[in-house]
Amino acid sequence: MSLELKRITKRVGAETTIHETSLVLEERSFNTLLGPTLAGKTTLMQLMAGLDRPTSGEIWFRGENVTGVPVQKRNVAMVYQQFINYPNFTVYENIASPLRVARMAAAEIDRRVMHAAELLRLTPMLKRRPAELSGGQQQRTAIARALVKDADLVLLDEPLANLDYKLREELRDELPRFFADRNCIVVYATTEPGEALLFGGNTATLHAGGITQFGETAALYRRPADLVTARVFSDPPINTAQVVKRGGEIRLGDFRLPVGQAAAGLPDGSYVIGIRPHHVTPSPVTANAAPIDGTVVIAELSGSESAVHFDIDGQTWVSQSPGIHPFEVGSVARLYVDMDHAMFFDLDHRRVEGAE
Amino acid sequence: MAQIQLRELRHSYVDQPAADSDWALKRLTIDWADGGAYALLGPSGCGKTTLLNVISGLLRPTGGQILFDGRDVTDASPEQRNIAQVFQFPVIYDTMTVYDNLAFPLRNRGVDAREVDRRVREVAEMLELDDMLRHRAAGLTADGKQKISLGRGLARSDVNVIMFDEPLTVIDPHLKWVLRSKLKELHQRIRVTMIYVTHDQTEALTFADQVVVMNDGEIVQTGTPVELFERPNHTFVGHFIGSPGMNVLPCEIAGGRATFAGLPVDSVNAGAYRGDGGRLELGVRPEFVSFAPAGADDGIPVRIVKALDAGRHRIVETEHADHKIKLLVPEGEAIPGDTAHVRLAPERTWVYRDGWLVTGKGAAR
Amino acid sequence: MNKTVNQRAWWFVLPVVLLVAFNAVIPLMTVVNYSVQESFGSNMFFWSGVRWFEEVLRSERFHASLLRQLAFTAAILAIEVPLGLAIALAMPRRGPWVSVCLVLMALPLLIPWNVVGAMWNIMALPTIGLLSETLHALGFDYNYTREPGAAWFTVILMDVWHWTSLVVLLCYAGLVSIPDAYYQAAKIDGARPWAVFRYIQLPKLRYVLTIAILLRFMDSFMIYTEVVVLTGGGPGTATTFLSIDLVKTALGQFDLGPAAAMSLVYFLIILLMSWLFYTLMMRNQSR
Repeated sequence: MSLELKRITKRVGAETTIHETSLVLEERSFNTLLGPTLAGKTTLMQLMAGLDRPTSGEIWFRGENVTGVPVQKRNVAMVYQQFINYPNFTVYENIASPLRVARMAAAEIDRRVMHAAELLRLTPMLKRRPAELSGGQQQRTAIARALVKDADLVLLDEPLANLDYKLREELRDELPRFFADRNCIVVYATTEPGEALLFGGNTATLHAGGITQFGETAALYRRPADLVTARVFSDPPINTAQVVKRGGEIRLGDFRLPVGQAAAGLPDGSYVIGIRPHHVTPSPVTANAAPIDGTVVIAELSGSESAVHFDIDGQTWVSQSPGIHPFEVGSVARLYVDMDHAMFFDLDHRRVEGAE
Repeated sequence: MAQIQLRELRHSYVDQPAADSDWALKRLTIDWADGGAYALLGPSGCGKTTLLNVISGLLRPTGGQILFDGRDVTDASPEQRNIAQVFQFPVIYDTMTVYDNLAFPLRNRGVDAREVDRRVREVAEMLELDDMLRHRAAGLTADGKQKISLGRGLARSDVNVIMFDEPLTVIDPHLKWVLRSKLKELHQRIRVTMIYVTHDQTEALTFADQVVVMNDGEIVQTGTPVELFERPNHTFVGHFIGSPGMNVLPCEIAGGRATFAGLPVDSVNAGAYRGDGGRLELGVRPEFVSFAPAGADDGIPVRIVKALDAGRHRIVETEHADHKIKLLVPEGEAIPGDTAHVRLAPERTWVYRDGWLVTGKGAAR
Repeated sequence: MNKTVNQRAWWFVLPVVLLVAFNAVIPLMTVVNYSVQESFGSNMFFWSGVRWFEEVLRSERFHASLLRQLAFTAAILAIEVPLGLAIALAMPRRGPWVSVCLVLMALPLLIPWNVVGAMWNIMALPTIGLLSETLHALGFDYNYTREPGAAWFTVILMDVWHWTSLVVLLCYAGLVSIPDAYYQAAKIDGARPWAVFRYIQLPKLRYVLTIAILLRFMDSFMIYTEVVVLTGGGPGTATTFLSIDLVKTALGQFDLGPAAAMSLVYFLIILLMSWLFYTLMMRNQSR
């Protein structure tokens, strides 16, 4: 009982927009597609919905081959980045529209619309038209319309991207709840690693038209299979450097760092390390946090946090830490790298097993 | 470069404004020093874009004055004010090359060709556009186009202020970071007054030295990012800045001490409350709430509702007597089981009366 | 890119295919049929090959009307496109006058073609017409039934009056769709009105202008009714454009073969020139 993509590809003209991809999404799961613009998130969703047909491969839904079955014949709901509602309909009519199309009994329509409106806190606005609503309310209406359909597959394509920061936070908090007791698969596309993390569930990271990894969100974040996945799943960008492990130390340019828990079992040799910015801090956090010095390029204070961009060994690294730590641009700053949280990759950028 | 002063600025889009709600801007007075980095922060519809257009001269205010270096420019056109602006969506001249785009404002002002060339190359180098000077601007990516918009402002030597209207809206997160850094770096390098309008707290707080928080056409608080974070003047600021926003809990005050649901809570300013009624609330940010160690029974007893993993910390939602209290727990630290006690840091816990911070004599510190 | 492959969709196209068949393909085939045969009386046809085509292409009369047609279309485009653009630029973008202007602009387009011809016929009547009287009062010797120059002047004036509105409306629609931010940026950059036109408005109007030019080209190349009503193609053959010549050949002289050959040549000229216009302008676009 699931949605299954079996070795699908998509080519448009000479260009391959989706490289061979396989994916299994379980019933009643919340799945996030995470990747930058043009990574193929929207294309993948259109293939899942049946708005588009894969060039090769098959799509199975609940044990049935649905490849090429058009969207009208599948019970799919979709919400887009733009707030798409019928401008001349009231909120009530907008939410009821898919049920009217399905010729449902009026009483049942009313029951479902009122329930969805209640859940999305739209009850006081049912008589208004979309133009009289705020952006957040318009998007709630669009989500409510997707909800009442009782769709088997709900596709949300960056639905919060056009909302104000605070509204986004609010709706992000509520979204998983809307689908909590429904028999459907939810797929949510976003460019923001933070959103994927907060939703939990599963995440698929996308890069250049392919899924780099799929799995439980927190596990994927902490144990990415390769450097590309780690990069896609890191904002601010993950710090990387080529290092040499020799005996009890790691050499990063002129710096000598302790091996730490992460790399204790690794043989000597060259590696690429990835360290997330919050594990590079102005003061040591653990015993295995070792000092490095770099020239400060940018110092950002956000009121509750400090971010420092600094140059080490020709690369720009970022440190992010709670509290206010003023740094002078151009000065040399000392920062501590928590080697217990470093990720080790081989020179082909695949994560080295046995680390940790 | 210029110092910018707004005096009693009012604006209404209605012909005969009568009700309070007719005003998009309600009597704003602001002083901005020369060469500073400022942000206007607020939700959509708060009047920040209106204010931006009034400053740039695209909109004439209904009342009040705008002064650039003490000179009244209220009636001056955008061109006379010598301002530059970067819009939400990239505005470039499609048919021109990157070079011609950057040169356009200079050529319009009759700058001689050699000087134009010098300035264009200087700006292109600053913005890392030097490889694409000969490319058609229309072919660039969104971030490249936004750099051109900014570059047209930077190329001019006479710019009083550069204004940004949510310039990172169309930029991907990983590039947002780069562009934001670039902007900060540029400001530190050239020290032109910059005003940045946004609804995104991260952008506002990281960019600006001084942030003006607006709501409903009014200024709610002006301050440094640290002030806004540590001492919000209004519960709106507490809610709007910070992610998640400040916890706001109903309270009562007796004998200079606040109580929440019958439990005493230490705060900075309960002593300043004059006993003159009003709706009383306690405000404390999730960053300043922590779990009491197991076994300790001081603080507020709570039930743990849920914990969201945000990577470097977890956002834990707890509940006491139907009131939600959120707190942040750093990555790697344990979260207690079903119930626990939470402590509110007294030096970061504030009392608000009808939404506004209670001030005056009697506050601790 | 987002299309689903579904063969049944062809059924939806069927009505249009049938309609086009009855409307265009079948009559066109009849014409092709006529163009390669010689007809005697009503029902006697003999194969004549490309004779009629040779005759038409060599005919000085055809050359003359083709030349007149080209001159007319060139004049129309040279006047209507810049004029239409200028009027569109001058029209208000917002406020109560917008709808007034739009209605005024749409009026000429709503008048049937033969009525337009008749209207201008009356306007230009040598003795009582408003136009001729005004011109006389200004000291011009104006008589369009006698003077080829005056006839051309009247025909062009009529077409400009009738069709400039189309260009105006298209350009206006294009202009209002340019986001305000572009104008604001130009103001801030200190751009003069000419620069705003050259670097913002004109580039953003290219698609719309391509369509306007194409439509005006095709329509003016096929002009018939108004001119026939106004001048009847005269004085002499001064305003006998291709379509008028064609009708005279086909109906006046009942030379079905040459007329059919001529229509095909005519059709191919329009097709060729439209294609040429389109590709040229679209190539500019992508460059």
